[in-house]
Amino acid sequence: MARRVNADEPPINALKPERLHSPQARALGIELVSLEPQVVLKIPYREDLVGNPETGVIAGGVVTTLLDTTCGWATAVALKQLTSIATLDLRIDYMRPSAPGKPIYATADCYKLTHSIAFLRALAYDVDPSDPVAAAQATFMLDSNAGRREGANLGPPARPAKGDA
Amino acid sequence: MTPREIADLIEAVPYARFIGMRVQILGDEMTGVLPFKESNIGNPLLPALHGGVIGAFMEVTAIVQLSIDEPQERMPRSVDVSIDYLRSGRPMDTFARAHVNRVGRRIANVQVEAWQEERARPIAALRGHFMLTPAEA
Repeated sequence: MARRVNADEPPINALKPERLHSPQARALGIELVSLEPQVVLKIPYREDLVGNPETGVIAGGVVTTLLDTTCGWATAVALKQLTSIATLDLRIDYMRPSAPGKPIYATADCYKLTHSIAFLRALAYDVDPSDPVAAAQATFMLDSNAGRREGANLGPPARPAKGDA
Repeated sequence: MTPREIADLIEAVPYARFIGMRVQILGDEMTGVLPFKESNIGNPLLPALHGGVIGAFMEVTAIVQLSIDEPQERMPRSVDVSIDYLRSGRPMDTFARAHVNRVGRRIANVQVEAWQEERARPIAALRGHFMLTPAEA
């Protein structure tokens, strides 16, 4: 399978975790627990991330972002490179509320990689990985920045609509 | 509760404040508004909004619309959501509208579309199931 490898992109191990976090991941306080043998990310409990003030449970949206981010990491690890990727679709099942006061962890598995698509499964849990809070199934497009400069989104939108996703 | 009261309640949720989400009510129409915020960026190079934030924003929009359409004892709980990303989220304000497809006794099916400059060019769509706790009228 001939996958394009861009020599400009640094290998994943050469990067320091702080460089790898997007502004949103930083704002949420997402931490990288491990990349191998399994990608594990963690989000510490915070009052300002609560979705239901009556119960103190963290918002589903936080779990959504954590799972999306974890899937992105698992894709980077599977590619052994940090290239631009974009979520195509993300399906999340919320099995139960997470425990208030506890951090939430997420793991993801990239079970298939093609020339242009990564297929992933992910789980979020608080205490016990076998009793997950949520599960996700996702596909990512690889090399999603292809042909687009840095800052491309700052200019007017590309027209006609030829795949600016 | 009036739609505005429901909207105020949601806007006060810590996570909604974290992403900076607002709710606009015009008559019987509700629009979720996500003003641009630097910390909602996921890809700093393009730059593009984080897909998780766009998904979360649509999910909250679904919950508000559902609470307006079907008065609830408690906030509807997400059972599952399926998000399609159609375009990258540019660093600007984002809007979302939800439509309740079906309301059963315990579960509702809701779909949401999010856009930026043009409603006809959505950046993402969400379809989800939500658990209901109907208020005794």
